[in-house]
Amino acid sequence: MSRSAVSEAPIDEEESPVADAGAASRREAVRFVGVTRQFGDVRAVDGVDLRVRAGEFFGMLGPSGSGKTTCLRLIAGFEQPNAGHIEIFDEAAEGIPPYRRAVNTVFQDYALFPHMNVLDNVAYGPMIRGVAKAKRHAEAREMLRLVKLEGFETRQPAALSGGQRQRVALARALVNQPKVLLLDEPLGALDLKLREQMQVELKALQRELGITFIFVTHDQGEALSMSDRVAVFDQGRVVQIGTPDEVYERPRTRFVADFVGSANILEPSLCERIGAPTGLWSLRPEKIVLAETGPADAHGAVIVNGVVRNVLYQGATRRLLVDVEGQTLSVVAPATTTAVESGDPVRLRWHANDMFRMIDE
Amino acid sequence: MMDASTAGAPVPRERLSLRISDFLFERPRLLILLLLGAPLLWIGVVYVGSLLAMLTQSFFSIDEFTGQVVYEFTFKTYAQLFRPSNLDIIVRTVIMATCVTITGALIAFPIAYYAARYASGRVKALFYIAVMLPLWSSYLVRVYAWKLILANEGVLNWGVEQVGLSPVRDAILALPVIGGASLSFSYIGTFLVFVYLWLPFMILPIQASLERVPLTMIEASGDLGARPRQTFRKVVLPLAIPGVVAGSIFTFSLTLGDYIAPQIVGSSRLFLGQAVYVYQGTAGNLPLAAAFSVVPILVMAVYLVVAKRLGAFNAL
Repeated sequence: MSRSAVSEAPIDEEESPVADAGAASRREAVRFVGVTRQFGDVRAVDGVDLRVRAGEFFGMLGPSGSGKTTCLRLIAGFEQPNAGHIEIFDEAAEGIPPYRRAVNTVFQDYALFPHMNVLDNVAYGPMIRGVAKAKRHAEAREMLRLVKLEGFETRQPAALSGGQRQRVALARALVNQPKVLLLDEPLGALDLKLREQMQVELKALQRELGITFIFVTHDQGEALSMSDRVAVFDQGRVVQIGTPDEVYERPRTRFVADFVGSANILEPSLCERIGAPTGLWSLRPEKIVLAETGPADAHGAVIVNGVVRNVLYQGATRRLLVDVEGQTLSVVAPATTTAVESGDPVRLRWHANDMFRMIDE
Repeated sequence: MMDASTAGAPVPRERLSLRISDFLFERPRLLILLLLGAPLLWIGVVYVGSLLAMLTQSFFSIDEFTGQVVYEFTFKTYAQLFRPSNLDIIVRTVIMATCVTITGALIAFPIAYYAARYASGRVKALFYIAVMLPLWSSYLVRVYAWKLILANEGVLNWGVEQVGLSPVRDAILALPVIGGASLSFSYIGTFLVFVYLWLPFMILPIQASLERVPLTMIEASGDLGARPRQTFRKVVLPLAIPGVVAGSIFTFSLTLGDYIAPQIVGSSRLFLGQAVYVYQGTAGNLPLAAAFSVVPILVMAVYLVVAKRLGAFNAL
C-alpha cells in the first residue's frame, strides 16, 4: 500500500519537484499558464496550465464541451484567451493572428477549398507566401507523395473519399513546415479500419518529421495508442497529464478513471473488508482474475468471494459482472473462460498494487 | 391458424390514400410525371411556344410600302438592327446594363457579406425585411417616387443646395451624354433608378452563396498564412462568384428588358425595351420588335459562356 501516501497527486507528473530537473532541459513547444477562455457566462477553458514538449505527440482527451477543442483553437489563434498566457516556442502568442503563427491545423471537416484541385489546395500556403508556381507545385507534389496521394493532383476535393480528403488536409498543413501541427478530431469522420490504419500512419509520420503534433479526440483508445503524453480535460480544466500508461494505470480522479477505459471504484465497505485505507480506490477490470485455481496468498494478493450476476460476450474477451460485498465489480476475463455462468459463486483475486488511490473531488 | 377461407376472402378495405401511396410508390416515374406534368406543359407551350413564335417573327420582314408583314424567311430584319440608330439603342442599353450590374454588385457585396457572416437572429430578420421591403410596393410607384426625388424641385436637389454643393451638381449635369437638364432627365437618373430597382436581386443570391462558405474554410485560409485580404481574394470571392453571376444575370437582363423606368426617368433616347415597345405597338413592325427582343437573349448567352469560361461556376 505504498501509494496510499499520495494524497495530493499532481495534475502533471512533471510538475512534481523530483521529475522537474529532467524536464527543464527539454524545449517546450506550447506553454499555457492559467489560460481562460469565456464565451458569455460559460468558461470553455478554465485556468488551464499545459506544457507540450517539442517533438512530442500530444493528445488532448475529453468529452465534448470539455474545452479541448477551444484549447486547440487558442493555439491556432482562432480564439484569444480572456486571461492567462500562451507561449509557442517561447514566444508570447496573445494577440498574434493565425496567419502569423508557425502553426498549422488539420480541421475536423478538413475545410478543403472546393474551387481548387488537390495540388492547388496543398500549394495554397506556399502560394500565399509568394513561392513561384513551379516550386510550390513541386513542394506540394512532394507532400502528396509523403501522404501517399500521388496521382490525385488534378482531382477536385469533392471527388475524394473521406480518408483521401484527410490526407490532402494533412499535406496542405505539413507543406508549410509548421513548428506545431494541430489536429482536430483527425480520425473522427473515418470508419474503423481506416481509423486504425491512420493511427499507425500518423504516428509514423510524426516520428519521421519530428514535428510536434497536438491532437484533440474524445476517443480514449485513440488518445492512448497515439500520444506520447495525454492531457485529460473535464469541464474546461485539465484533470491529468501524463503518458498513456500513467493516465490509465494511475488515474488521478474518478472522472479520469471512468473516462479513460473503464474502472471499478471500490465502495468503502469493500475497502474495509480487504483492509485498504479509506479513500477513493480504482481498480481496472482486467487486473482482476478468477482465482478458483492458483496460489491462494501470494504477497499482496487480495482475494474476495462473489457471485456472477451477468456474463457479457465481447469477442476476444468476456466481461463478468460479479456481486461482491454489495457492490458489482466488472471483470474482464479471457474468452476461454467458458465455464462461468450467471449465478455461479467465484473467487476473485487481484494485487494490492493494482489498486490506485484517487483524489476525491 | 390461417385457413383457406380467410386467405381467399377479399382484402380488408384500406384507406384510399394509402392505396394511392402504394400505387405511386411502385411507379416513381409516374409520380414525377404527375408533379412536373403541369409545369412542364406550361413552360413548354406558353413559355417556349411564345418564345419560338417571337423568334419566327424576327425572321420575317415588313413591306416598307404597305406596312404588311411578309411571311418569308429573311435576315433583312436582323440587318436593320445594324443601322446606326438601332445600333445606338443596343450599345446604349448594354452599356447601361453593364454599369448597373457592376455598381449593383459593388454595393450589394458588402451588404450581403455582413448579412451572411455577422448578422444573426433579429438583425438578420431586419436585413431580409430591408432588402425585400421595396418589392412589396408597386414598381411604377417607386419609379415615379424617384422622379420626384431627382427632379429639380425634388428632395435631392434641396439637400444639395442646403449643403452648398450645387456647383458640383451643375458640373455633373453639364457633362456630355450622361448630363441633362436635371437628374430626372439624364442617364444618371436612369442609372440610379435601375441600381435601386434591381439591388435586391443582386443582394440575395450573393448572400446565399456567401452563406454557404463554411467558417472553417476562412479559418483554414488564415491558418495557412493568408491575411484577411488574401483570404477574401483567394477563397471568399471565388466561392461567392456563382452568387454574383446569378445576381448579375438578374440585374443585367432586367435592365436590358425594362421599358418603363427609362421612359419616366431619363433622356428621351430609347433603350432596348422601349424600342421593342415602340416597334410592336405604334409602328406595327412586329418583325423588328422581335429581332430587338432576341438581342438581350444573345447578350445573356454570350455573358454566360464567358462567365463559364472564366471559371465562374467551378465552385458550384
